[in-house]
Amino acid sequence: MVLATATRPQAASTPPAPPRRRSRRSPGRRQEGLAGYVFLSPWLIGLMAVTAFPVLFSLYLSFTNYDILSSWDMLEWVGTANYEKIFTTDPIFWKSVRVTLTYALIAIPLKLTASLGVALLLNRERRGIGLFRSAFYLPSLLGGSVALALVWVAIFNGEGSFNSFLSLFGIQGEPWINDPDWALGTLMVLSVWQFGGPMVIFLAGLKQVPTELYEAASVDGASRVRQFFHVTLPMLSPVIFFNLVLETIHGFQGFTSAYVISNGSGGPVYSTKIYTLMIYDKGFTDFQMGYASALAWIFLIAIGLITVVFFSTGRFWVHYSDGGDS
Amino acid sequence: MTRARSLSRVAMLLLVLAVVLYPLVWVLGSALKSPTEITSNQGIWPQDVTWSNFTVGWSYIPGVSFSRFFWNSFLIAGASVLANCVSCLLTAYAFARLKFFGRKGWFALMIVTLLLPGHVLIIPQYVLFHEFGWVDTPLPLIVPKLLATEAFFVFLMVQFMRGIPRELDDAAKIDGSGPYRIFWHVIAPLARPALITTAIFSFIWTWNDFFAQLVYLPSVPSYTVPIALRLFVDSSGQTSLGPMLAMSVLSLLPVFLFFLAFQRFLVQGISTSGLKG
Repeated sequence: MVLATATRPQAASTPPAPPRRRSRRSPGRRQEGLAGYVFLSPWLIGLMAVTAFPVLFSLYLSFTNYDILSSWDMLEWVGTANYEKIFTTDPIFWKSVRVTLTYALIAIPLKLTASLGVALLLNRERRGIGLFRSAFYLPSLLGGSVALALVWVAIFNGEGSFNSFLSLFGIQGEPWINDPDWALGTLMVLSVWQFGGPMVIFLAGLKQVPTELYEAASVDGASRVRQFFHVTLPMLSPVIFFNLVLETIHGFQGFTSAYVISNGSGGPVYSTKIYTLMIYDKGFTDFQMGYASALAWIFLIAIGLITVVFFSTGRFWVHYSDGGDS
Repeated sequence: MTRARSLSRVAMLLLVLAVVLYPLVWVLGSALKSPTEITSNQGIWPQDVTWSNFTVGWSYIPGVSFSRFFWNSFLIAGASVLANCVSCLLTAYAFARLKFFGRKGWFALMIVTLLLPGHVLIIPQYVLFHEFGWVDTPLPLIVPKLLATEAFFVFLMVQFMRGIPRELDDAAKIDGSGPYRIFWHVIAPLARPALITTAIFSFIWTWNDFFAQLVYLPSVPSYTVPIALRLFVDSSGQTSLGPMLAMSVLSLLPVFLFFLAFQRFLVQGISTSGLKG
């Protein structure tokens, strides 16, 4: 140990002043700096070629009329025409924004509430917790697949098993998937069904809450409800924040289920035309790559703004017990 | 009082369990129903078990059977697992253990790419790969992963490596090891749990991926299983419902087997890596 601290003078466990502070440029240091970039090089190439360049390139494309079918010579700079068209005359854009926001504002809170609720139920249970936890987690692994979206179509169409279940109670069901008023709802149900992912994170968070806090609260005569609002929720707020950010980003990027359930159309009557579906349609059905890039950039800015809002409001309601991040 | 409470809690958990498992059990049961029964019997259990949906579904698409689609899917998923494990391990080692100029800035950028929506990148990336002549090959789906673009796994491994005691590196340094030997003999072997988590999630996410595969694989022989499943819908007739569900069951099977084999690993991986963020 003595030898180890001698070679690493900045290690926290050695109070006396480091013997040779000036030796920052020692061969070992330089070798480490070089090695750092050697190990980082695949990621750096990826960052430049697959992330940074495409992001900037798509910004450029968004001011052009580029479509992938014609040659590069046909490419014309059109200024802000794409953006103007999107915000003023595009017949689908505002509908799609409304569908996306409706989906996000309902499905995400529902999913988080469900996952927190089940986590609370499960946290009190001693027997069989592992089994329940695994079973509840399973849909998060399967739910994003095409297969599950097809199953959803089979269950929630007019003659599907959900309606035959309802008929047991004498209820005449709707043709859910094919009804403009309900199609988005089936997508939300599919999203909430995958509550297991955030639930597992909530469970881990609940385990971290010190039991002394509950004991102290019940000594003070706090009811279970008060304990939940004054102990559990504040102590859990970093985890709630984490899940909220994660699920929001995830929620806005949904594509598979909406595409499969509407058979690629975003229908009926644009009712499931979420934003990503619109980008895909413009880019890969109409091949209007310039226009689609403009749509994508609006999406990027919107997601960026939402993230900024989350992180700047977070400090007003997220409670870190050690006064900082851990 | 507490007993009643505990009973009602278990009852509620069982109810949630029923709702969660119902679609999965239903698709399994329905895949075994005969073509006539599948429209009349909406229940879970088939009256008499038939396997014809599986054989019909397997060769439902003229000219190309599901053997091809499964092979394509396994190829892409397997390559993604390898690519992610190697590239993210290298990157994570640099971020977690080495000191070099600009490390903090690059790390912040890596976190930003974690939040970047893939749909923003897909159009310019498509234009790029189209210029390379890579469309309709698995390359656009694999090569980016060789370049550690799946930032989530880099982050997961960095978090894990920070938990490996520094004393091990220091001991190796005293023995005269440089950063490369430390990586190979100390960090890489100890990072095995993080590698396993990365491998499992890489496989499952690539297997389930639809968007990128839909964009980059336009011709039927290069289709993967999820893209091929959509063909059942395009020719929407009642007769194809059974084969469609049968193939859906088969497509869910690898993920389900992974889940059975690694469930403890998956759940723990999610809760620890998630919380450290």
